[in-house]
Amino acid sequence: MKEFTWISKPYPRVDAEAKVTGRVRYADDLVLPGMLFCKLLRSHLPHARIRRIDTTRARSLPGVLAVLTGKDLPAHKFGILPTSQDQEALCVEKVRYVGDPVAAVAAIDEWTAEQAVRLIEVEYDPLPSYMTIEDALFKEGEPIHAQGNVHKEVSLEFGDVATGFEEADYIREDIFLYHGSAHLPLEEHAAVASYEPGDLLTVWSSTQVPHYLHRTLSKVLDLPMSRIRVIATPVGGGFGGKSDIFNHEIVVAALAMITGRPVKCTLTREEVFYTLRRHPTLMWVRTGVREDGTITAMHFRAILEGGAYGSYGVATTYYVGALQPITYKIPNYRFEGMRVFTNAPPGGPKRGHGTPQPRFALECHLDKIAEDLGMDPVELRRRNLVAPHTKTVNWLRITSCGLAECLKKVVEASRFHEKHRRLPRGRGVGLAVSGYLSGAGLPIYWNDLPHSQVHLQVDRSGSVTLSCGAIDIGQGSNSVLVYTVCEILGVSPEDVRLIVADTAITPIDLGSYSSRVTFMAGNAALQAAQRMRDLIAAAVAEKLGVPAESLIFQGRQVKVGGGEDRALSWREACEVAEARYGLLSATGTYTPPRLAGPYKGSGVGPSPAYSYSACVAEVQVDEETGVVSVEKIWIAHDIGRALNPLLVLGQVEGSVYMGLGEALMEDLSVRQGVIRVPSMLEYKSPTVKEMPEVEAFLIETVDPEGPFGAKECGQGPLLPVPPAIANAIYDAVRVRIDEVPITPEKVLKALERRRKGEEGRFGPGGFPAIRFKEPIRVAPPSPSSAGRVEPRP
Amino acid sequence: MPRLVRLHVNGQVHEVFTPPHRTLLELLREDLGLTGTKHGCELGECGACTVLVDGRPILACLALAVEVEGAEILTVEGLGRPGNLHPLQEAFMEVGALQCGYCTPGFLLSAKALLDQNPAPSRQEIHEALSGNLCRCTGYLRIVQAVERAAVKAR
Amino acid sequence: MLRLPPFQYVRPGTLHEAVGILASEGGKAVLMAGGTDLLPRMKHRVAALEVVVAIRALRELRGIWGDPRQGLVIGAASTLAEVCSHPAIRQGYEVLSLAAAQVATPQIRNMGTIGGNLCLDTRCSYYDMPYTWRKAMGFCLKKNGDTCLVAPGSTRCWAVSSSDLAPVLMALDGRVRLVGPRGERVVPVEELYRDDGIRYLNKEPAEILTEVLLPPLDGWKAAYWKVRRRGSFDFPVLSLAVAVRQDEGGHIADARLILGAVRSSPLRVREAEEALRGEKLEPGIMEVVCELASRAARPVENTDFTVLWRKRMVKVFLRRALGTFA
Repeated sequence: MKEFTWISKPYPRVDAEAKVTGRVRYADDLVLPGMLFCKLLRSHLPHARIRRIDTTRARSLPGVLAVLTGKDLPAHKFGILPTSQDQEALCVEKVRYVGDPVAAVAAIDEWTAEQAVRLIEVEYDPLPSYMTIEDALFKEGEPIHAQGNVHKEVSLEFGDVATGFEEADYIREDIFLYHGSAHLPLEEHAAVASYEPGDLLTVWSSTQVPHYLHRTLSKVLDLPMSRIRVIATPVGGGFGGKSDIFNHEIVVAALAMITGRPVKCTLTREEVFYTLRRHPTLMWVRTGVREDGTITAMHFRAILEGGAYGSYGVATTYYVGALQPITYKIPNYRFEGMRVFTNAPPGGPKRGHGTPQPRFALECHLDKIAEDLGMDPVELRRRNLVAPHTKTVNWLRITSCGLAECLKKVVEASRFHEKHRRLPRGRGVGLAVSGYLSGAGLPIYWNDLPHSQVHLQVDRSGSVTLSCGAIDIGQGSNSVLVYTVCEILGVSPEDVRLIVADTAITPIDLGSYSSRVTFMAGNAALQAAQRMRDLIAAAVAEKLGVPAESLIFQGRQVKVGGGEDRALSWREACEVAEARYGLLSATGTYTPPRLAGPYKGSGVGPSPAYSYSACVAEVQVDEETGVVSVEKIWIAHDIGRALNPLLVLGQVEGSVYMGLGEALMEDLSVRQGVIRVPSMLEYKSPTVKEMPEVEAFLIETVDPEGPFGAKECGQGPLLPVPPAIANAIYDAVRVRIDEVPITPEKVLKALERRRKGEEGRFGPGGFPAIRFKEPIRVAPPSPSSAGRVEPRP
Repeated sequence: MPRLVRLHVNGQVHEVFTPPHRTLLELLREDLGLTGTKHGCELGECGACTVLVDGRPILACLALAVEVEGAEILTVEGLGRPGNLHPLQEAFMEVGALQCGYCTPGFLLSAKALLDQNPAPSRQEIHEALSGNLCRCTGYLRIVQAVERAAVKAR
Repeated sequence: MLRLPPFQYVRPGTLHEAVGILASEGGKAVLMAGGTDLLPRMKHRVAALEVVVAIRALRELRGIWGDPRQGLVIGAASTLAEVCSHPAIRQGYEVLSLAAAQVATPQIRNMGTIGGNLCLDTRCSYYDMPYTWRKAMGFCLKKNGDTCLVAPGSTRCWAVSSSDLAPVLMALDGRVRLVGPRGERVVPVEELYRDDGIRYLNKEPAEILTEVLLPPLDGWKAAYWKVRRRGSFDFPVLSLAVAVRQDEGGHIADARLILGAVRSSPLRVREAEEALRGEKLEPGIMEVVCELASRAARPVENTDFTVLWRKRMVKVFLRRALGTFA
């Protein structure tokens, strides 16, 4: 195998020095001459009609330059998905959750803006509010949106579930609840807008999706995209929480246009809590297995508490059902999902987008089945694992799959079999596995265009200008782009000038979400670099009279291979090539293969490659207090190839951390119509003291589709953590907590029930009696269509 | 009523007219342009705005600028510069102790205060010293490793 | 970014001057030492005050003197970090050092003072929140509203005493010196508090807490247990300070038992102390004591964790605390 120079090496991230010296400019760090500050007035009612807004007093406050209401803006709704255009930058007729913006002020400083906001008078007619799934489904009254409170319903059946259950020797049903949680990036969302002569609007924003923001601004402000420039600033933590379009991003743009001065809006921490949260999800699962543990059928139902707007919710609803079959062979599978509107902040994508919830349910459910069958939970899983290069019952194409190896690794490293059911009471181990996408196979707005593009320009100085629309949210996409190009061109990072996420300059990348950037922008960078290398090689080959294929690009040289020691320095080679061809420019694009199955709804779930993870958790449970301490986590992740092990391990450990928080303490619930604890003190995010030791293993399967064989690592490793912890708690004290977060109260309650001779369980008691619509019935792919996937040329 | 305050920041003296309700955080970021000091809550609940005052980590969001007059203030900008990095900065880079980078300045300063007082801290002492800084990206493991590595380097 | 409202800032040069300012400004003025309790409340607009009287640098409030044989004097403006690390406290009154080390975070301990922790405003999940949130939830009795949201219909405020040091100092039989316009007085820590979430201090507005006084240890041993979600940042949802004096045979000659974070003031459980006297710490008597303490504790639903769990934990953690002396 070829020895890499920059790839697979633990080099520091390319932005590390800027970050450790405090020199990275995040959105709120930007200051422009004459800049104004913006504050939003947000609804204090969960559901109400707006009767009247009086801004007179606010306008007359000294220092106020503009007060904006929804009526001052073009009447265009927006939404991240084309099918859910249901949001307004400032509400015109109705407010739908506590925190929904109704007006905005631009003033000379933030204090004045806040004072002015307090002077805006709004008269509301309150409406009945819908705070729970039951409210949304059964309560009478004016619905949140005209379409009713059911936002999306999905009903799909692959194979024949009835027959599958008939073939089963054992069938089990369980109900699970996964509470909502916050992304809680350390950086509060911020945006700055400037409107310059020549009708050029520039918006800087801490966004994961500059391209979608660009499109949305164009729509809601009635400006052509050519007159708008969106620059995503380095994102101080995203996790999906900055992957939507937010009111303040539109409002600062409008205010900048009205006032002719730059305008900044930085959300307070409270406001950040009103942006997005992970969907609280109630789930019911029924699985049939043969005596030997082989799954014959699975039926999965879920209701997502969607909050007040659509956001990515249609996709989320599909995701809750889509990825169960990528880890286990499920020959017959039915999924029924529903997302309902409630008067709460919108549910949006958070690390794992709609899949940590069902993964928690599935892995706890399988643990119970193994227990019922008297089977080793490792063996139960092993018998059902998917094989590489196959297609699932719901038509997802699996390429590389290192799940069996991941499982083996964590089971051995944790000495799972020596511990499981054998540790002293109070201590236990639990297991779970998972899989995740390396980028969504389809874009969120329907088109046949590339998902990621990279442009390279090289000049006679040897400088490489690398530009790409992707934004680094901490995951390390800048490093992946630079190291990829260095690897192919044989240059060093100091030769590369990186320009990212500026819609005026950089080619389009769809955004930093769905674990797509390393995979897709990485592939685009690889292609651009290969094309640039070919161009330079052709010129050098001509000059030296050698075949282009014999040239080696390494160590800032272009060398003649085959034992000859002739070489041009990189700069000389660039000069030769520029003299021969003029401006040296190359582009790379990545478009995922067409992967959608032959059914409606098949657009969510396909990915060019899936990552896999397996996790063992060891816990200690205090039976007097119900307090769970996680002692250690073993996790193995099939990364395809680790383009930079330092960055990959960081993603894996960070995912474990976030999974741990969701498993044990993070809870963004709503009380009396209001987010219960919009505060960093009371929303419990684990500190260094709660973080257990983590032993992480990287499994390299070298995927045929990924850049250098790489797959995703930013989201997948979160998924198995909560169920592994829940299963470990059962091993420790024999109670099942079918609801996260697993708080001490819930553990104690379950222990109490167990002592009374009842079922030692805490979890939801039932699943609402709803009749889902008749499923779309889909025949599974024929075995012949599940052929091998050839590596890309 | 604004008053003139003399602040010693990163070895330099700054004279700034400031109203008394201005926090050190606002003054550093907005008057002195030292935006390396971050903020995540402005209520003392996250640690992102940690700076050193006379060598001790404090929260710039809860300190009035007028109250730190005369004290030696150190922000991330004064910790080290490219080409002359502090061992902690080097160690954070080398072990991958940062991702989005937003909490990093606060962690660096909490860690510096620890190492200045205790050049060979135990893991538990490191945990204690970093327990007032939240990070959502890394899971802290590499931050702790970086502090351990810097302690060894500095010896 | 959250901003502070404008205020007038005065930095008196002497304690006497500080008392004078407070007396003349009346309810418009507030004392500030470390600022870590006051400034977040001002940013949340629950504390609206025109004059901030900065007393952190007052010489009369600084310094720690004494030892376990003679007793200890701690200046009220000593930071929590100073209390943690002071040799006389670490060696002689270790429990105080350990309790101070569990307050908030290292940064806050470098700013917050022992006096500030004793005068810490009572806390409530309906009160320590931003303005817009409180408007949405409905304003509460403690600020802007006319009813307690924890106990609707109640005419009093149930905000919870959240000081870590108050229970410990009560267990150590500490006293505080208060200096006001009418002179000074020394009162037991217990008498500083009232079980009322709004008027939680028995202190004239113009009185300044200047010193904490601890008697000689005289054979007392003490323990402090703090219950909270995370190992840092969090206020107690329950705390227990226990001090005992045992004879050579292990019989308890005297005991002090204080619960924190179960009502608007620290709760001294005298029935339990009485029950311990003359007894050896054996399971039977421990159960009796735990039962008495548990019965006395009546937390309300206004912190992290459910109220049932907090109440249940009284017994569990008291048994553990007592166990350290057995």
